[in-house]
Amino acid sequence: MSAGSIKQGALSKGVLVLVYAFLYIPIITLVVFSFNESKLVTLWSGFSLKWYYAVLHDKEIINGFWLSLKVAFFTATASVVLGTFAAVALTRYKRFAGRTMFSGMVSAPLVMPEVIVGLSLLLTMVTIQKWLGYPERGMMTIWMGHTLLGMAYATVVIQSRLTEMDKSLEEAAMDLGSKPLQVFGLITLPLIAQSLMSAWLLTFTLSLDDVVLSMFLSGPGSTTLPIVIFSRARLGLNPEVNAVAAVTIAAVSAFVIFGSIYMARAEKKKQREISAAFREANQ
Amino acid sequence: MQKYHNKISQLLTGRFPVIAVPYFWLALFFLLPFLIVLKISVAEMETTAISPLVSFIEGKLNLKINFSNFVSLFNDPEQYYLWTYLRSIVFAAVTTLLCLLIGYPFAYFMARSPVERRPALLMLVMLPFWTSFLLRIYAWKGILETNGLLNNFLLWLGVINEPIHMMHTKFSLILGMVYTYLPFMILPLYSNLVKLDNRFLEASADLGATPLQTFWRITIPLSKAGIIAGSMLVFIPCIGEFVIPELLGGPETLMIGRVLWDEFFSNNDWPRASAVAVVMILLIIVPLAIFNKYEAEQMGSNKR
Repeated sequence: MSAGSIKQGALSKGVLVLVYAFLYIPIITLVVFSFNESKLVTLWSGFSLKWYYAVLHDKEIINGFWLSLKVAFFTATASVVLGTFAAVALTRYKRFAGRTMFSGMVSAPLVMPEVIVGLSLLLTMVTIQKWLGYPERGMMTIWMGHTLLGMAYATVVIQSRLTEMDKSLEEAAMDLGSKPLQVFGLITLPLIAQSLMSAWLLTFTLSLDDVVLSMFLSGPGSTTLPIVIFSRARLGLNPEVNAVAAVTIAAVSAFVIFGSIYMARAEKKKQREISAAFREANQ
Repeated sequence: MQKYHNKISQLLTGRFPVIAVPYFWLALFFLLPFLIVLKISVAEMETTAISPLVSFIEGKLNLKINFSNFVSLFNDPEQYYLWTYLRSIVFAAVTTLLCLLIGYPFAYFMARSPVERRPALLMLVMLPFWTSFLLRIYAWKGILETNGLLNNFLLWLGVINEPIHMMHTKFSLILGMVYTYLPFMILPLYSNLVKLDNRFLEASADLGATPLQTFWRITIPLSKAGIIAGSMLVFIPCIGEFVIPELLGGPETLMIGRVLWDEFFSNNDWPRASAVAVVMILLIIVPLAIFNKYEAEQMGSNKR
């Protein structure tokens, strides 16, 4: 190894370590100070679980949590269905009327500032409500807003899987006489199942986390957990928020880590089966 | 007749619903809302309601379009809105630049690391992305407060003698935005750089280029699509950012998202709020078009 590449190796390690530290130190401080005895979030005075206990008895937080969970579940489910449709439309049908506008509309919510999406959706809901008397601002309208955003993310995830997928399998099934719907159910769906799962989880967490859209679209009595956290964080530091943060972080990390281990195993198993099938076929 | 029947069943099971369902959803919740915002921005605020644009009075069709909301945005002597727009653009641009300066070397070294280590490195970038963004912003409050962790740490080290005022300044705002949006820069850059063909770099070195020359003249131009996609992914949402300035910013960091919020919720001036939104859309429409062009290239090859 030359002196130059050793230097580059050290530089590379240094950059990686520094940026990871930047990304993770705030998260670590959140968790550490959730166990702090004192009400002061920045001064350590001893180990205590009292803030977790306080969270369990905080009606506002618990109610917000359940509402957020419900909205996130319905958002993720609807986003994956709509996202699958949109992704299939964009990858399989190269020409249809208004395709450019369609692809633009699908990806625009990804980058559009949330205040604009929130304002425009709220004004739309108000207009529709004036005509139809429906929907009241509440869980339903929050769900609609989140699903608009979630669908964009789901489409990107599913689309990238559909593009890299081997199309010859679908063509073979079609040649063997399957109807399009059969092909989709028996061939395409199992092949993209993993990306549907990641899209579901991604949109679930997005919805669970959203503040701006929820604040625009929520009505009286429909306060999601992020709205509660945001209004408390605005006022200053609050150890209960730290406890909520620690629980969220633990849940998410466990989920993501086990999820990726499971996916890696499934991938390996699939590879083994494929090579076994090849060996058998060659014998 | 049979043919006709087939056509209908095709229509119901084939490509028609696949395209129509998401199309309808987007038209209802994305296109229509923008038209409504556009409409309200040129309407007049009457005492309790928005005046209709088209009315039918005494057998005559009246169309009333009112640009006063836009004119008044840029007509006040203190140029409150103009400065807020400019400030938002500058903050977004600085954030984008810093994300690029930190994210590029990081993505580069990530893409150059051993193949078996890359999935773990990638997951470590994605993981904060999965945990609540709101809570991560909140964490910086505890770090940057005057009696916060960073000041305590620096005091303990003896680097400073009295706490520095960091919270609610431009510094805390930019730090929070860079922190939040860094993964959005890293991911497209990484997925671009990981595909970079090593043979180009070898050829360049063989032809006598120094590593720095190779970097500037080969690596950077080849990763242009990633740089542009990442930059737009950071720049556009930063302009309208609301939560980060609320939690980490101060009086000197007023951004346009907050102004829109106040016009709507505090002043109840819907046409003004809509006009603010329309101007914001005009500001981001060019970066948005650039993003859409490069996003297609990026996402098509992005493997998660």
